[in-house]
Amino acid sequence: MLWSDRVFDTLRELEGIRQALRRFDVPSTVEFPATNVWVSDNDAVVTTEIPGIDPEALEISVVKDSLTLRGSRQAEELKEGETYHRRERWNGQFTKTLKLPFAVESGKVEARFSKGVLAIILPRAEAEKPRKISVKTE
Amino acid sequence: MADKAGEMQKKEAETPETGERTRACRIYSPQVDIIERQEEIVVIADMPGVDEKSIDITLEKNVLTIYGRVDFEAPKDHRPVLSEYGTGDYQRVFTLSDEVDRDKIQATVKNGVLRLVMPKAETAKTRKIPIKAEGLGGLLNLNLSHA
Repeated sequence: MLWSDRVFDTLRELEGIRQALRRFDVPSTVEFPATNVWVSDNDAVVTTEIPGIDPEALEISVVKDSLTLRGSRQAEELKEGETYHRRERWNGQFTKTLKLPFAVESGKVEARFSKGVLAIILPRAEAEKPRKISVKTE
Repeated sequence: MADKAGEMQKKEAETPETGERTRACRIYSPQVDIIERQEEIVVIADMPGVDEKSIDITLEKNVLTIYGRVDFEAPKDHRPVLSEYGTGDYQRVFTLSDEVDRDKIQATVKNGVLRLVMPKAETAKTRKIPIKAEGLGGLLNLNLSHA
């Protein structure tokens, strides 16, 4: 084996490890709001932390395998003589689109908002469900 | 609403002040707004996953500690495919100045947002100090004595 081949192999291995790690590491910056996604054979669960928003004003739309969240939060309105000593909380509007690993049965999507955490359950479209294929022996 | 909620990341609390803990989870530092009003100081903290039962507010001497416990369970029989934020408890510690009326602090939690209203103590309220105008006579006298 040539020396350069070995270097490339090592690099490729490192890249593989890096990618494997990245899947479970929390990235340093993400598009707001940060979301977590879990998947099973039947559905996907998407959770996101958006405290203080009005759930009525939250817009969730699903097209095939993409999920779009749209919402906003108003900043506290200050009257005269009131000042901010610290201002760290987010405000304004956000839009985020997620690509799911499969198409979704859009009529059966459920969303719950509790304690500032939004959880969306997206059932897998029937055609996209994994199927067990039995092997016949002759 | 011109400004957009941009990239935001949960920050882990740097120094949990409670010493060693028996609960194995991360502690995050909630984002807060502090607003000073004429009569009160308002602290607003984003603590998603926390409700009125799982929040602890303690005031010891002049140290105000906010602690929120988050009970989170990952969906059963699911595997994670995207993980952009971590889940854990919240803690943040503030040092209050003497100007807060401790007995009248009010706390409410709604949709994962804690709102602490701390009325200012009587002595700390901004007072206008009246300035009396002196009579013209006094002013004249002063001028004369220097002349």
